[in-house]
Amino acid sequence: MSVFINICKVTLEEGFMYAILALGLYITYSILDFPDLSVDGTMPLGAIVTALLILRGVNPWICLLCSFFAGAFGGVITGALHVKLHIRPLLCGILVYTGLLSINLVLLYLFNQGTSIASFFRMPTIFNTGIGKLIPESIGGFYIRTLIVSFFMAMLCKILLDLYLKTKSGLLLQATGNNEQYVIMLAKDPGVSKIIGLALGNGFAALAGSVIAQSKGSADQQMGVGMVVLGLASVIVGLSVFKKIPKIKATTMVVLGSIVYKAVLSTALALGLPTEYLKLLMAVLFVVALVVSMKKEKHKRRPAA
Amino acid sequence: MILELNNVIKIFNEGTIDETVLFRNFNFSVNQGEFVSIIGSNGSGKTTMLNLICGSERAQEGRIFFEGKEITALSEYRRAAFIGRVFQDPKIGTCAGMTVLENMALADNKGQPFGLKFAINRKRIDYYRSLLEQCEMGLENRMHLKVGSLSGGQRQALALVIANMTKIKLLILDEHTAALDPKSSQTMMYLTDKLIQKHGITTLMVTHNLRYAVEYGNRLVMMHEGNIIKNLHEQEKKKTKVQDLLDTFNAISIESGNGV
Repeated sequence: MSVFINICKVTLEEGFMYAILALGLYITYSILDFPDLSVDGTMPLGAIVTALLILRGVNPWICLLCSFFAGAFGGVITGALHVKLHIRPLLCGILVYTGLLSINLVLLYLFNQGTSIASFFRMPTIFNTGIGKLIPESIGGFYIRTLIVSFFMAMLCKILLDLYLKTKSGLLLQATGNNEQYVIMLAKDPGVSKIIGLALGNGFAALAGSVIAQSKGSADQQMGVGMVVLGLASVIVGLSVFKKIPKIKATTMVVLGSIVYKAVLSTALALGLPTEYLKLLMAVLFVVALVVSMKKEKHKRRPAA
Repeated sequence: MILELNNVIKIFNEGTIDETVLFRNFNFSVNQGEFVSIIGSNGSGKTTMLNLICGSERAQEGRIFFEGKEITALSEYRRAAFIGRVFQDPKIGTCAGMTVLENMALADNKGQPFGLKFAINRKRIDYYRSLLEQCEMGLENRMHLKVGSLSGGQRQALALVIANMTKIKLLILDEHTAALDPKSSQTMMYLTDKLIQKHGITTLMVTHNLRYAVEYGNRLVMMHEGNIIKNLHEQEKKKTKVQDLLDTFNAISIESGNGV
């Protein structure tokens, strides 16, 4: 029984942490209609920036902000490559990801005595300082602090994104993904809007990297592998599974999607799937989610036509 | 003069075997307050001219002036500050994934910074509603619906209202009734005329509907193969009938070897 509760707990913890990443991909993929692959690089960038700063004694809550801005900067580069140099979106993402592979390693070598992994076990993190410290460590023998802090972080990001999307800038971002010509007719440069959207999306990805690194107590380049697939799958699962619930916000669907996706993965592992197969399972699940969501849409469109 | 195109040269596929010269020293000017109907067969250069004016296409040579200032090198989105445009496709003038209210809130903010203030100002909703009521399409009761769920006629009416929400100096109508059914098309034309009269706005309207070209506006321009072959002002235009235009079309057609 307690094993089962523990699996649920870990699923929720990870679900909430990766929900922040999924919200980032929701901005770029769903709102902006920009397939952004740079996330595989900006997510570990956020993790590494946080690890290096924590090792130097910076407040872990401030590290969250620093990671966000580091990721946002990566997003600006992706956007600028597309908008200013007219490179295709997919290629821009791959280029920034490839560049970040080096940058992440260089950061680690320069500031972490030449090792490729930055560990900060037992150092202050958001899970044991500030608001994190106010939460009781465990209830009934279950360690709940991580769960509550990650839930708080996911909700904070969701609410901030909801608020942003209601602002003039947020609405313009939605219009950019919807109909670029409309933005031009509003006498605005859609390129600027795209860059803002990519900055936000990658900022969220790096923020997720920061939170995940703080929960693990370490950061390395490997963390980023498969993040685009994981984030996009959460978005697609969330938007297709929870569509029927009345008045539900898209951001809520994405957070729930992240939990569902994580739940499926942990169920498979609990049933005895060797961990080597995890990434393969992630990719297969992604395809299934995509195909199911496309089928649903097709089915829905027919009676309307 | 509000708009002037001077010695414009426009060549498509320049330097290839498919090279086509559309405009060779093309000149065109519009006076303040004119409502110009523009007709002409496909490929006569009507839409290209509008694209050059709006900045969505660039000419190889020539200069474009707006209110005496040169705008030849100005980007499309900067020109949009004073030019409003309604396209043939109702999908272009609105955002399908957003509600009518959100579309209008965005348009209402044109010319101002899009910062972190909330986009929808509840105090403005009554004003938006009054604008929609003018369309007489029941749009005022659909403000919270996604624009994608509206009919083509409703979307186009909304696009027209949106194009006129902030003060523009030139309105470009690019076959804006062509994708609508006859009834919606008639309503749209009536609405267009009402708005133009109300704001006294200078307008260029490209249309394939010769009746609209004759009935509406105070100047008529006919284009053919990149040239203006008819340019009728107020009095001459009033005397022109649809049949006269048809005769000219037929004459051109025979000349180009398309006659029966």
